[in-house]
Amino acid sequence: MTVMEERGAYRPTPPPAWQPRTDPAPLLPDAAPYRVLGTGAAAQADPGLLRRLYAQLVRGRRYNAQATALTKQGRLAVYPSSVGQEACEVAAALVLEDRDWLFPSYRDTLAVVARGVDPVQALTLLRGDWHTGYNPREHRVAPLCTPLATQLPHAVGLAHAARLKGDDVVALAMVGDGGTSEGDFHEALNFAAVWQAPVVFLVQNNGFAISVPLAKQTAAPSLAHKAVGYGMPGRLVDGNDAVAMYEVLSEAVRHARAGGGPTLVEAVTYRVEAHTNADDDKRYRADSEVAAWRAHDPIDLLEQELTARGLLDEDGIRAARDDAEALAADLRARMNQDPALDPMDLFAQVYAEPTPQLREQRAQLRAELDAEAEESHR
Amino acid sequence: MTTVAVKPATMAQALTRAMRDAMAADPTVHVLGEDVGTLGGVFRVTDGLAKEFGEDRCTDTPLAEAGILGAAVGMAMYGLRPVVEMQFDAFAYPAFEQLISHVSRMRNRTRGSMPLPITVRVPYGGGIGGVEHHSDSSEAYYMATPGLQVVTPATVADAYGLLRAAIASDDPVVFLEPKRLYWSKDSWNPDEPPAVEPIGRAVVRRPGRSATLITYGPSLPVCLEAARAAEAEGWDLEVVDLRSLVPFDDETVCASVRRTGRALVVHESGGFGGPGGEIAARVTERCFHHLEAPVLRVAGLDIPYPPPMLERHHLPGVDRVLDAVGRLQWEAER
Repeated sequence: MTVMEERGAYRPTPPPAWQPRTDPAPLLPDAAPYRVLGTGAAAQADPGLLRRLYAQLVRGRRYNAQATALTKQGRLAVYPSSVGQEACEVAAALVLEDRDWLFPSYRDTLAVVARGVDPVQALTLLRGDWHTGYNPREHRVAPLCTPLATQLPHAVGLAHAARLKGDDVVALAMVGDGGTSEGDFHEALNFAAVWQAPVVFLVQNNGFAISVPLAKQTAAPSLAHKAVGYGMPGRLVDGNDAVAMYEVLSEAVRHARAGGGPTLVEAVTYRVEAHTNADDDKRYRADSEVAAWRAHDPIDLLEQELTARGLLDEDGIRAARDDAEALAADLRARMNQDPALDPMDLFAQVYAEPTPQLREQRAQLRAELDAEAEESHR
Repeated sequence: MTTVAVKPATMAQALTRAMRDAMAADPTVHVLGEDVGTLGGVFRVTDGLAKEFGEDRCTDTPLAEAGILGAAVGMAMYGLRPVVEMQFDAFAYPAFEQLISHVSRMRNRTRGSMPLPITVRVPYGGGIGGVEHHSDSSEAYYMATPGLQVVTPATVADAYGLLRAAIASDDPVVFLEPKRLYWSKDSWNPDEPPAVEPIGRAVVRRPGRSATLITYGPSLPVCLEAARAAEAEGWDLEVVDLRSLVPFDDETVCASVRRTGRALVVHESGGFGGPGGEIAARVTERCFHHLEAPVLRVAGLDIPYPPPMLERHHLPGVDRVLDAVGRLQWEAER
């Protein structure tokens, strides 16, 4: 039996007969976000994993700070910060195998970097260049996506294609709370569930879509509850608890890889900084609210656990910070070099073969550039 | 001497055959859309494909056009060659964001590492008595988006040849199928399907010396009929079938206009902001000193597509074409 026939079998029902097509009970999310850190379960967590997560979170925080600094120096056109959301970003990258695919949104360059992409490449679009920087096939990371939620159907199609081919590849797609209002979110989740595609949808509910709070975005009990309407499990997790994030996403990836279909994971977190460097968050939220979330910081939570279990001392903390500093210094040094831009590249990849019309325009731009060059030589 | 079994085929059958041959030749070709599987499509253009290749290769999707095209993007990212059916012109609009923000520019924004070989089949245009939202001429929207190829056949043979070329193309193609020509017939030998046509070449369907009618898709038969009727008036009209709106074949079009000295663009799409404006401008820019008269346009009216009971007043017909030919400043010649 083929993949689609297995799913789409037609079963006629006589008029009065009705029964739920799926039992909704196992699909429902927990009543409260799942937590590990600060609970008894934390003692079970693997020390190696804790250390790995910690190093990545510290790097991620420093990466965020450096990227925002680069906007102020005019080296990045814009940067949507993920400060406070590092646990989500890092876990999303670490739960995937090499052969899996990550589908990031514009706020997820940290996940892209944690997946192994060179930070300068990951920031190419945000720098103001014309292309994505990295080759998506090399790292199995889709191009950063700006139109909200529109990359989610891509993740479904890719995961479906992999399954048709017999490859046990999983796609993990990232979206924010605002993105869940988009039509493409709905269509992607519906397609994924109908096709039982191996996809994990990670919603980072960071409280705001630029300035609009979740209360103006949805009346759903939680974003994780939306899963039930599509017939897939919804999981609610503390997005600032790196261990909980890692566990929940790992389980969703395992489930998808084993043929169990998609999962929707809502990570409850908070966007500690403004939407981007161009935003002013004082217009729509109180400092006290931000302060409360800073007290529930993903790095602090993990550091407390590591320290309490004797897995981290001053030297360990310093080593993590030095490593992060080296990342930032390298990023700073390379971003301070002007990229080599050739305006003629703008024509190179519009089509495999430029159309006659583009060839004419290319010649026109060439002539303009030559005239400019001649002018500057006088 | 052996006789070849030549049978009449409709444009719809030629399109089906093109997909069937493409699917047989290349296991990465997948068809997906609404009702394309068990039913064979509302116009039966995918008839038999699910049966022959299985539902994994010809898939009935949920009813959501952005989802269909968005999923096709992901499938193409993984190495498949999706052929997507949009059920009707106006039902393709929900997929515009995927088409414009992703399909058209993925090759460009990934510096060529991720081209998307997707064919988006769209039955378009009027003349079949469809109720509202079933008869739009949407080509101008697609033409305005860099990165897309926009192709439309007007003959049975081209329906086959151009669809094969579209599916084989490594770049996305919006393949506009003139639905009122679905049942038009031509004879062909089923053992030797027509040639695969390169995308981007216009063709002279009828040579003539007096003026050039530039047209495509559903308006080709109208122009050919007008050209026959014009003979009685002493006009020998040349008819150019564009076949591809993007890329645009300036060379064939302008060579014809330079020969005849007069040009008329004919299409169903509204005139204001329609393809005819672009074509007239291109011809004027390139052939000004050969022109005996301004380039004229015969187009649909700039109104929401009218109801079936009134659509004949909207669609450019033979009389409207001949009236326009009459306005091409013949006085000097007589």
